[in-house]
Amino acid sequence: MMQEAALFEYILRLSDDSLILGQRLGEWCGHGPILEEDIAITNIALDLIGQAISLYDFAATLEGQGRNHDQLAYLRYENEYKNALLVEQPNGDFAMTIVRQFFFDAFRLPLWEALMQSPIEQIAAIAAKSVKETRYHLKHSSEWVVRLGDGTEESHQRAQDAIDHLWRYTNELFYENAHDHSLHAAGLVPKLEIIQAKWNQTVKDILAEATLSVPAHNWKFEGGREGRHSEHMGYILSDLQYMQRAYPNMEW
Amino acid sequence: MTQAEQERHFNDKIAREIKIEPNDWMPDEYRQTLVRQISQHAHSEIVGMLPEGNWITRAPNLRRKAVLLAKVQDEAGHGLYLYSAVETLGTDREQTIDDLHSGKAKYSSIFNYPALTWADIGAIGWLVDGAAIMNQVALCRTSYGPYARAMVKICKEESFHQRQGYESLIKLCNGTPQQKAMAQDAMNRFWWPALMMFGPSDADSTHSDQSIKWKIKRFTNDELRQSFVDATVPQAEILGLTIPDPNLKWNEERGHYDFSEINWDEFWQVVKGNGPCNKERLEARIKAKEDGLWVREAANAFAKKRALKKTA
Repeated sequence: MMQEAALFEYILRLSDDSLILGQRLGEWCGHGPILEEDIAITNIALDLIGQAISLYDFAATLEGQGRNHDQLAYLRYENEYKNALLVEQPNGDFAMTIVRQFFFDAFRLPLWEALMQSPIEQIAAIAAKSVKETRYHLKHSSEWVVRLGDGTEESHQRAQDAIDHLWRYTNELFYENAHDHSLHAAGLVPKLEIIQAKWNQTVKDILAEATLSVPAHNWKFEGGREGRHSEHMGYILSDLQYMQRAYPNMEW
Repeated sequence: MTQAEQERHFNDKIAREIKIEPNDWMPDEYRQTLVRQISQHAHSEIVGMLPEGNWITRAPNLRRKAVLLAKVQDEAGHGLYLYSAVETLGTDREQTIDDLHSGKAKYSSIFNYPALTWADIGAIGWLVDGAAIMNQVALCRTSYGPYARAMVKICKEESFHQRQGYESLIKLCNGTPQQKAMAQDAMNRFWWPALMMFGPSDADSTHSDQSIKWKIKRFTNDELRQSFVDATVPQAEILGLTIPDPNLKWNEERGHYDFSEINWDEFWQVVKGNGPCNKERLEARIKAKEDGLWVREAANAFAKKRALKKTA
């Protein structure tokens, strides 16, 4: 029972990350800097929403309370969402969006790769599907980080500003609590220190290629994984939940 | 070949239903007509992303959110093919887009109406994409090769969108009284603008005759509008929605539905830029272009640097 609760929380983090980042990317639609990026960003958002659906379905089974994926996605209170603070940060300019995406993709790819080995069949299956998508997402975001970093003076500065600004939210991606330790002990999910080592390497390599610097400051924010969010989250949920709250108990 | 011979050769191809290709000789006016029409179509796809994109963050459930994202992404893809088709006529994409922003080029007026409720997203799929398909199916046989081929792929996706829109309205119409009322309200607001999508009546259409001769267009505006009404009335009956036209009725003799005259004042007002959202739509596109300038500059500068590295 204890383990199911731990697993439920673990899956919620994955699904909430996908949902909230997908929601943020959806805001770009029709406003991208070039048409090709409107297509790419919408496509990534679509992948993330697809992942969220599969993950919430699985979470709902684990919970066994008869909730479905939409009830989990739409009808929780703010402090019940377990997404990292990183993904709820505003889109900002294109550099901010790309750097946020890059930090996230560089975390998600090794995580999916490791989760493909999970003895829990549903997790392994979702990871196997998502890993292909995330590989493309990381390719897309890294290429843009390099292009912006090594593009013009202005793009370099904007990319560096975005890195400096978002850096404080990256450590939380590797947050773990007692629940995680029980899942590690059972060999169900990977330890995040392994993922963090890979993340560090990817970030170091790509920023070097982009002629961008890894920030010297070690300023860290946490809270999202425990349901303590930034001020942005309430506005995200106002949009996300609007229809479900205004027209309760209806099918769409 | 002399100009007269080339022209004869061109007309002969049109008569024999052979597609005109980018490197073929074509009359200047044929080229201009295509540039105007295809770029207008491309702009419509891109501006059309705005009213729907506006609802992505508020879609009522995850499935609808995914479907809407996919739809808007398709539209961006259509815009991209169509801009490429315009480029085959020797026009630059940037210039084409600047013509939109300066107000020189037009786009479908329907997107100057606001998407106020979730039902509007269904109505846009059903009525707006439905009306677009009427036009576009005919364009799959248009005489210019790249346009005709782009249309084949676009039509497949559009008919999918039309069914998705209709399906989401079925859900509303079989739902609660509030949902049904929301659907009827969307119908009331989108019916007439959808009919206006076919353009001015044949008597007032400046470009129609020549376009039909060149087989760019296969049917007149009024013919297409009538086909749309005939196809859509039974669909509205299935939904249980009332079409906001007291004069709509089946005419046994003609074998078509009769309907009221369109409010042409409103039509021309919106075409001229005085619709409810013309200003907002253009401003959003111009802002996207201006805000994205540094990104495009960065991509170009980077590409140049890499090319230099390769040759060095």
